[in-house]
Amino acid sequence: MEYQNIFTQVQVRGPVEAGIPLPRGDDERVGKPFYNWLAGWFGNAQIGPIYLGFLGTASLIAGTIWFVIIGFNMLASVGWDPIQFIRQLFWLALEPPPAEYGLSIPPLSEGGWYIISSVFLLASVLLWWARIYVRARALGLGTHVFWAFGAAIWLFLVLGLFRPLLMGSWAEAVPYGIFPHLDWTAAFSIRYGNLYYNPFHCLSIVFLYGSVLLFAMHGATILAVTRYGGERELEQITDRGTASERAALFWRWTMGFNASMESIHRWAWWFAVLTPITGGIGILLTGTVVDNWYLWGIKHGIVAPVPDLWPAVVDPAIGG
Amino acid sequence: MKLWIPFATAAGVFVGAAILFGADWDLPPVDTEQLGYAGSGMYLTKDREKQADLQQANVVPEPLYEADPEGDRAGEFYENVQVLGDLSTDQFNLFMASITEWVSPEQGCAYCHNEENLASDEVYTKVVSRRMIQMTQAINTDWQTHVGEVGATCYTCHRGQPVPENVWSRNSGPGKDGRGLGWSGGQNVVGEMVGNTSLPTNALESYLLGDKPIRVHSLTALPNGENMATTKQTEETWGLMMHMSESLGVNCVTCHNSRAFNDWDESPPQRVTAWHGIRMARDINQSYIEGLAPVFPDNRKGPEGDVLKVSCATCHNGVQKPLYGVSMLRDFVDSLGTKTDTGVPDYSTYTPGETQVMGSPDSAALAPATGPEATTLASVD
Repeated sequence: MEYQNIFTQVQVRGPVEAGIPLPRGDDERVGKPFYNWLAGWFGNAQIGPIYLGFLGTASLIAGTIWFVIIGFNMLASVGWDPIQFIRQLFWLALEPPPAEYGLSIPPLSEGGWYIISSVFLLASVLLWWARIYVRARALGLGTHVFWAFGAAIWLFLVLGLFRPLLMGSWAEAVPYGIFPHLDWTAAFSIRYGNLYYNPFHCLSIVFLYGSVLLFAMHGATILAVTRYGGERELEQITDRGTASERAALFWRWTMGFNASMESIHRWAWWFAVLTPITGGIGILLTGTVVDNWYLWGIKHGIVAPVPDLWPAVVDPAIGG
Repeated sequence: MKLWIPFATAAGVFVGAAILFGADWDLPPVDTEQLGYAGSGMYLTKDREKQADLQQANVVPEPLYEADPEGDRAGEFYENVQVLGDLSTDQFNLFMASITEWVSPEQGCAYCHNEENLASDEVYTKVVSRRMIQMTQAINTDWQTHVGEVGATCYTCHRGQPVPENVWSRNSGPGKDGRGLGWSGGQNVVGEMVGNTSLPTNALESYLLGDKPIRVHSLTALPNGENMATTKQTEETWGLMMHMSESLGVNCVTCHNSRAFNDWDESPPQRVTAWHGIRMARDINQSYIEGLAPVFPDNRKGPEGDVLKVSCATCHNGVQKPLYGVSMLRDFVDSLGTKTDTGVPDYSTYTPGETQVMGSPDSAALAPATGPEATTLASVD
């Protein structure tokens, strides 16, 4: 009954494992592997070794530079006061340059650091993306994780690169800060007439919440059939046992249709990657192709009519 | 190796305590009011304890007594009564006594008057209060679109304090002095005037002193090149909106529908009142407060050297209808209900101690009282 617990109860211990031999030209793996009980609750109890190589190292360096540039700008924005830095940390941000600079490079004091740090972030993310590909091939894996990460990078690039280019201003990019990026998101929705009426936003939400639902359904199903060996999903794909049969029957009984041991992972992968892909399309269309999604929704009949509760209210600016 | 345990525990306790006690949680019960059509998500939730505190803090004081409107006119009986000269002496003295209760109950008459010579303008606060009386009269006559019949008195803002609690001054925000590092575009700190958000800190100056366009929405579904408003501009508008909701203890859907914030056809009527309120605050700041800048001493100015200005919070003090909509004006219609003198002196030539005349034609008669007259006046109050 060990699986009937919120944490993984079984922790396999033995000699730490270094992994398969690496091909010529690859770097050494870094760090002496060790076991950690807490990590074992959530996954494999063994930590390390990690493979960094050129791509990983370069990516981490670029990412660290991005992070530190933001940190120092935040610290400077509160007059180098460490107490205010901690107190207001969630409010602080490195802001994109003002709109009047368009796509030119602004002075350092007015968003130049934002552009510089963004270059490092872009390098960091792309290097990490390449590393995902190389590491997957080195292990003889398919490149599904690489493409999935690519979907997330698509949304990231739309927000920080493609849309600002189309709008003709770096000011359209997202500030680097905790609350500020959330405020930006909400203000973006307000400015463009409520993103809820953007059909690609709708799709993105469907795939996001759908991913959550699928994840919960799949996780629950597998845990529920673990007593019949169902957690050995890969074997069950090719050699369907009673765990797989029972899981399939359960869903066929309850909703008439069941995914298979293999297809459920395709469902999950597609839902996950379609979340940022559709979301990115929605963002890219906003302000470039559509300026007010609410009015667009009215035009295309997706806004539900509600009774006019306050017929006397007229815009006072037009002298009602 | 196990050293991380006490550190992690301490960090956990610290973060937990910060979450529990640092955030201003509302303990249940709360009251929820439906504001819009069913299913549109338009609700306003209020915490009972906070409401009880607000009720206590926003009580209208009783008038001291009822004044006799008959008898000598204050303008003829006293020296240097420039704005309230048409009142009877009894009404005038009641108003003077009331204004003391409202504005300077601890400091008394001397907060504005030289007690040896009540007619003298040598204390700057007297010059300011004269202009403030004109302002209140203007609010009650020109801005009934916002204040309605309820009106405003000195107490609406002052609440027994010489400087109203909720005033503001310029806050250019961080990154203003061209440093190489630290660009945050005039926002991204705890903005006290924008509801403690990270929104642009100077929204009030843009909209309640300046007349920067508040509207950011496009009125067409597709871009037609007319609306150049950016997301950042939207954030500044939003900062003003946060200020308004914090000042009135309301939320977005008190004035806006939940689907299209800009659509007037679906807006609750409160939005029209608020629209006039924004213009009223702007008019007060432009026409009355800014002009007094030469009169105010430095200790009555903000950190960036500008005068303390009014916002929505100055009158509202956390309540949707100031003082819960109880009219104080009703008892002071004679003094504050009509505009009596709208002249403005040239405050840029203000010198402390010299009487400036509000611009009435018969201003020659308004020289400061001296000698025995002054003594008589001093004994009146």
